[in-house]
Amino acid sequence: MPLFDRKDKSRYASFTRRSLGMSAGMAAVFAVLGGRLYQLQIRNGNQYMTEAEENRVNQRLLAPPRGRVLDRFGVELANNRRNYRVLLVSEQATEGVEAALDTIGKVIELTDAQKKRVLHDIQMNKKFVPVPVAENLTWEEFARINMHLPYLAGVQPDVGQTRDYPFGVELSPVLGYVASVSPDDKKDADDPLLSLPGFRIGKRGIEKAFDSEVRGTAGASRVEVNAYGRVIRELSRDPGVPGQDIWLTIDKELQTFTAQRMGAESAACVVLDCQTGDVLALASTPGYDPNLFNVGITPDQWKGLITDDHKPLVNKALSGAYPPGSTFKPAMALAAVQNGLKDLHVNCTGAVTLGNHQFHCWKRGGHGGVDLKRGIAQSCDVFFYEVARRLGIDKMEAAARAMGMGATSGIEIPGENSGFIPSAAWKEARFGIPWQMGETLNTGIGQGYVLATPLQLATLAARIASGRAVVPRIAHTVGTIAQPRPLADPLPFTDEAFAAIRDGMNAVCNEGGTASRWRIAEPGMEMAGKTGTAQVRVITKQERSTGVLNDTALPWKMRDHGLFIAFAPVAAPRYALACIVEHGALGHPQVQIAHDVLLFAQKRNPLGMRTAYPTNAALATPPVPLGGHG
Amino acid sequence: MTTRPYAAMRRTLSVVDKLYEVNWGMVLLITIVACIGFAMLYSVAGGNFSPWATTQIIRFLAGFAILVAVSVVDIRTWLSLAYPAYGVSLVLLIGVVIAGHVGKGAERWITLGPLGLQPSELMKISLVLALARFLHGKSVEDISKPANLALALAMIGIPAVFVVLQPNLGTTLIILADGASLLFLAGLSWWWILPALSAVAVAVPTAWQFVLHDYQKRRVLTFLDPASDALGAGWNITQAKIAIGSGGATGKGFLGGTQSKLNFLPEKHTDFIFTNFAEEFGFVGSVALLILFAVIIGYGVQIAGSARSQFGRLLAMGLTLNFFFYIMINASMVMGLIPVVGIPMPLISYGGSAMFSVMFGFGLLMSVHVHRQVEIPRHSGGII
Repeated sequence: MPLFDRKDKSRYASFTRRSLGMSAGMAAVFAVLGGRLYQLQIRNGNQYMTEAEENRVNQRLLAPPRGRVLDRFGVELANNRRNYRVLLVSEQATEGVEAALDTIGKVIELTDAQKKRVLHDIQMNKKFVPVPVAENLTWEEFARINMHLPYLAGVQPDVGQTRDYPFGVELSPVLGYVASVSPDDKKDADDPLLSLPGFRIGKRGIEKAFDSEVRGTAGASRVEVNAYGRVIRELSRDPGVPGQDIWLTIDKELQTFTAQRMGAESAACVVLDCQTGDVLALASTPGYDPNLFNVGITPDQWKGLITDDHKPLVNKALSGAYPPGSTFKPAMALAAVQNGLKDLHVNCTGAVTLGNHQFHCWKRGGHGGVDLKRGIAQSCDVFFYEVARRLGIDKMEAAARAMGMGATSGIEIPGENSGFIPSAAWKEARFGIPWQMGETLNTGIGQGYVLATPLQLATLAARIASGRAVVPRIAHTVGTIAQPRPLADPLPFTDEAFAAIRDGMNAVCNEGGTASRWRIAEPGMEMAGKTGTAQVRVITKQERSTGVLNDTALPWKMRDHGLFIAFAPVAAPRYALACIVEHGALGHPQVQIAHDVLLFAQKRNPLGMRTAYPTNAALATPPVPLGGHG
Repeated sequence: MTTRPYAAMRRTLSVVDKLYEVNWGMVLLITIVACIGFAMLYSVAGGNFSPWATTQIIRFLAGFAILVAVSVVDIRTWLSLAYPAYGVSLVLLIGVVIAGHVGKGAERWITLGPLGLQPSELMKISLVLALARFLHGKSVEDISKPANLALALAMIGIPAVFVVLQPNLGTTLIILADGASLLFLAGLSWWWILPALSAVAVAVPTAWQFVLHDYQKRRVLTFLDPASDALGAGWNITQAKIAIGSGGATGKGFLGGTQSKLNFLPEKHTDFIFTNFAEEFGFVGSVALLILFAVIIGYGVQIAGSARSQFGRLLAMGLTLNFFFYIMINASMVMGLIPVVGIPMPLISYGGSAMFSVMFGFGLLMSVHVHRQVEIPRHSGGII
C-alpha cells in the first residue's frame, strides 16, 4: 500500500488550508484580546486606576474633640472624656446582626431597647458604616470585648469621646446638651461629621448656639483596606481642627450657689453684671442632667422629664414669660419722673373707680398719702394707677421698651421669649377693639397683657442700677476671639429719674418696704429691689364670698407667682438680679433667694470685676485637646 | 528545523537523537511563561514563595520531566495508546461524576495517592489523541459519512455530557471546541458544517433553558449587566476589569498590584491570575505575554504542518488548539469579554492537574515534532 495515496494528498491539502484558516482565526482572537487590553488599560486606564484607588483607600472620618465650655474663671463646665464603645459593621457580621448582638450580649450587658436601636440604626445606614452598639463602657467591659474579639465578627472596639458635664443639672439651663443627629439636623448641612454614627450635636443652650464653633472640622484618616474592609495600614492622617473653646461670663460658683439655693422650687433666677450685662448666673429649676442625653436618655427618664409639672426641660429664665406684676412699677416710675410727675402725690383709699369698675390696691384698707418713693416702697397699686392714667399707654410702652422689655435681648442661648408689651395700636390690630383706660391702669401695675422673662426683668434691674442700656450676654470669648463689650449707651431718662427710682427701691429693702424683712445687713452690701406678684388666675367674687381669700387655700398650680428684682450694692451697683418662684408668692421665697445670692456674689467678688478670661496671648496657644477619635 | 537527510529521519532514532530533535526553542518559551507564572504566584502571595509558588515550581519541574519523557516516545506508540487512554479517561470521568452526584455536588477530583487528578483534564488530551487516531484512518470522504461522523460525535459528545454534568462549563466548551476543530481539520464537508452551525444557533437557547445550572445562568446574566449584582457575581468581573485597567500602559510594577493583594480579586492565584499580571505589568507586559503565547501556538501550528502523518498533524493541531482555547477563554473571561467560566490560564494559574495536562500535551506535541518524518499508514494498527 502506498504511503501517500491520492486521498492522503487531498486531505493533506485540505488540512493545510483549514489549519491556516484556523491560525488566522487564532491570530484574530489574539488581536481582539490585545484590543481589549488597549481599551481597558490605555483608553480607560485612568478611570480604572481611580477605581482601584477608591477600592484600596478608605476615608475614615475623625471626629475632632469638641471645644470646651469654661466659666469666667476658666472652670470647665463642659469637656470631653474617653468613651469606650463597641461598634458593629453589619456587612462584616457574618452570622447576621441579631446573632452578633446576642453574642455581644453575652460579653457585656445589652438591653432589648439597645438591641432594637442598633437594628434600627443599621437599617438607616449603609452596610459598611459602623453603628454604635454600646457606649460609655467601663474599662473592664471594654477589655472583655477586646478579649472576645476573635469570636465577634464585625465588632469594632473603639475609643471615642463623649461630652461630659461635670456639674450636671446646675448648668443645664446655660449649657443645654448634646444628642444624636436627627434627620432634620442633616437637612441643610453638608458637614460629613453629621453622618458619623454616634456623633452628637448641640441641641440646646450654649451647646446649640455655638455648635459650629465647638464642633470643629472633621479630620480624615486615609487607610488602605482589603476587600473585606479590614484596615491594612494608615496612609495619611489629617487630625482635623479641634472645636473652639467657649468662655462664658458665668461664674460657676455663683451659678451653683444660685441653683442650689433655689432647690426644688419651680423657679428661675438671673444674675447680671449691671455694668457689662455679663450673665453671671442663669438658673432654672428644676433642671435635668445633660449627661443623660449625651449617653442616650431612656424612654422612662424622658417621660419623667416631660410629665413633671415643674417642667424641668423649660428654661424658665429666658423662655418663661410671666406677668411682671409690681416689678414692672420701677419702669413706670421712671417714665413718671421723666414726664414731670416727680412730685405726684396720691391718696390711696384701697381702690379707685373708673367708670363703673373698681381698681383695687393690694392693700385693702389703702396706703393713705403716697408719694413716688412710698409708692415704690409699699408697692401701692393706686399710686401707679394714677401714674398710668396720667402717662397713657404710649409713654408707658416706650418706657418699658427702653428698659429692655417686649423684645428678645439677643442672648446667645437659643429659645429666648420676647415677652410682651401691649400698645393701643396692637390691640386695635389684634382685636379690632379700641384700647381702654382700664387696660392702661392694669398695665401700670404690670398686669393685663404685659409679659416679661426673668432675663428681661434682670435686664430691667441692671438698667435701673446702671442707667445704661446694658444688654445681657453670656459668651465672652469664642475660640481665640474675645467679644469686646463697649460701655452701653445711657438710657433716655434723666439721672434725677434714676436716682429717684433707686431711692424707692432702696426703701423697698432697707426702709421698711415690702422686702425689708430680708434686707442685707452687711454694711456696704445692701441691696435695693422690687417685689412683685403675678396673678396666675383671678380669684372670683364667688370664691371670695366662700372664703377663698388668698393663695394658701388654692392648689399649688393656681397660686400666684412670686417675683423680685434687685441690685447690689446700693451705693455702687454691680449685681442685678431677677428671681421668680412659680406659684411662690406666699412667703416670698424669691426675695430670700435674692438676698442669699446677692450676698454670696458680693462676698465672693466684691467689685464684680474679677475674671480669669484668657488674654489674647494666652489664646494663641489653645489648650491641648484630648486625644483619640470618634 | 533539522537539516538531516530524509533517510536518516525515517530510521528509528535513538533517545539521544530524539532529545536532539526536541524543539528546545519552544520548550524555552514554555519555561519562560511558566516562570512568569511562578513570579505571579509569588506576587499574589504578597511576595512569598508559599503557599503557591514553590509547589508550582515543583509541579513544573515534574511536568517538564513528563514533557521530555513523552516527547521521546514514538508517535506510533501514542497512536496505539489513544483508544485505551480515551477509555480509561471516560471511565474515570463517569466514575467521578457518579461519585460526585452521590456525594455533595461539584466533585471533579479523584485521588491517586498524593495526586489529585481531574479526569476532565485527562479527557481533553485523551479526546484529541483518540479523535486524531480515528480521523487518521479516514479519508476526507469517509469523514463525512454519517456513520463515521456519528461515531466521532459520540466520542466527543459522551465526555462532554459528563463534564457538563460535573458541572464544568469551561472544560465542556473546550472539549466541544477541540472535537469540532479536529473534525473540521480532518476535512469535514461544509455540507455538514453549515447546518451544524445553524443547529448550534438553535441549541444555545435550548441549552440555556434546560442544561445550564442556575448559577451558570446567573453568571451569564451578570456578565451582560455586571452592575445588576455589583457586590455579588458581578463583583468578580468588575474587580478584574479594575485590576487590568488600573495597570495602565506600564503597570504598577512587580509586587505593586493592589487589587489582588488586598483580596479584591477572586481566585487571584488560579483563574484570575492574569489580572494580577496585567495590573503589575500593564499593557506592555500583557501584550508581551500574549505574544509569547502566540509564538508558542505558532510553533504548534508549524509542528502540525510539518508532520507527515495525518495522526501527527491532527494531534499537534488539536493540542495546539486546546492550549489556545485555554488562553482564549481565560483571557476573554477575565477581561470581561465572555461570562465567567472556570478555566485557568495555562502554565500560569496555580493548579496541578492543569499543569500536568498542559505539559503532557506539550510532550505529545513535541513527540509529533520529533517524529514528524514518521509515516503512518492510514490503516495501521488494524483497529477501525
